[in-house]
Amino acid sequence: MTTSGEAPALSPPVGARDHAQGPASAPLTLVEYGDFECPHCGRAHPVVKGVQKHFGARLRFVFRNFPMATIHPHAERAAEAAEAAASHGRFWEMHDTLFEHQGALDDRHLETYAEAIGLDRERFLRELRDGAHAGRVREDFLGGIRSGVNGTPTFFINGRRHDASWDAATLTAALEAELAPR
Amino acid sequence: MASPLSAGTPAPEFSLHSTPDQSVALGDFRGRPVILAFYPADWSPVCSDQMALYNEILLEFNRFGAELLGISVDGIWCHLAFAHDRKLRFPLLADFEPKGAVARQYNVYRDHEGTSERALFVLDGGGVIRWSYCSPVGVNPGADGILRALEALQPKPNR
Repeated sequence: MTTSGEAPALSPPVGARDHAQGPASAPLTLVEYGDFECPHCGRAHPVVKGVQKHFGARLRFVFRNFPMATIHPHAERAAEAAEAAASHGRFWEMHDTLFEHQGALDDRHLETYAEAIGLDRERFLRELRDGAHAGRVREDFLGGIRSGVNGTPTFFINGRRHDASWDAATLTAALEAELAPR
Repeated sequence: MASPLSAGTPAPEFSLHSTPDQSVALGDFRGRPVILAFYPADWSPVCSDQMALYNEILLEFNRFGAELLGISVDGIWCHLAFAHDRKLRFPLLADFEPKGAVARQYNVYRDHEGTSERALFVLDGGGVIRWSYCSPVGVNPGADGILRALEALQPKPNR
């Protein structure tokens, strides 16, 4: 059968394993599949911050890893560094730091960021060296493919892929539309 | 939009250059699933993202024993430069002379633009099309459809 272009649903749905900001009961959930070395994701970072500020407690934001490792040589390690930070309860600090320093994502810099956000340096280095979080990053990546991620960043609003532009005005309007009564 | 050859149709045979002195024939892959990814042009932004994405997913395609072939009307030297720049690890075939002949056979040629559509085909090991999809030219179709089609080719486990 020649199937239609219907975008598949977000799979797995947002759950306890996810890194989320905002209440689980929020009427809006925005999921980003992103790559810390991707310049488009770098530009989307302040857009997401703005959207979070605008919607406040009405929005839950979730970030999942989608490193395009061949074109972005530091993306995989950066994703693992963010997951290592998550295992110390500091995911978002690392997430923000990485996006704010996209030009410096080599191992030496990752170590500096880990120290700056207060991670145990030895443990962080060990986890990075052993690829302790590589499996988690791969899970995110494969889930992204299944969900129809077609590049970075790809956004999902309440489980549906957002195919329009992600500039602040368009993304805000799409989220507002989701809040409007049908 | 053209409607690509549909599931159940035997895939038209072809032989195209993958390098200046090597050709790839579809029949070479008999016995294994083949993914044909027609795309409009090397270097254009959407195509590049699409091919870069498939490059990252090769490992998953390989789990099904599937071969991925990219096809556009670009010439072989263009393909080589593009593949080198994007570090692509799958062949790009040049549907260059006669221009677009293979795309026409699969009914995914755009006469007006002189390029192929952005179209995907999944072939089974017997060379029969099992899934096809034509995406709007500006939209990267992702890979979920390909993976679902490859999964559907798998023999159902007897339990």
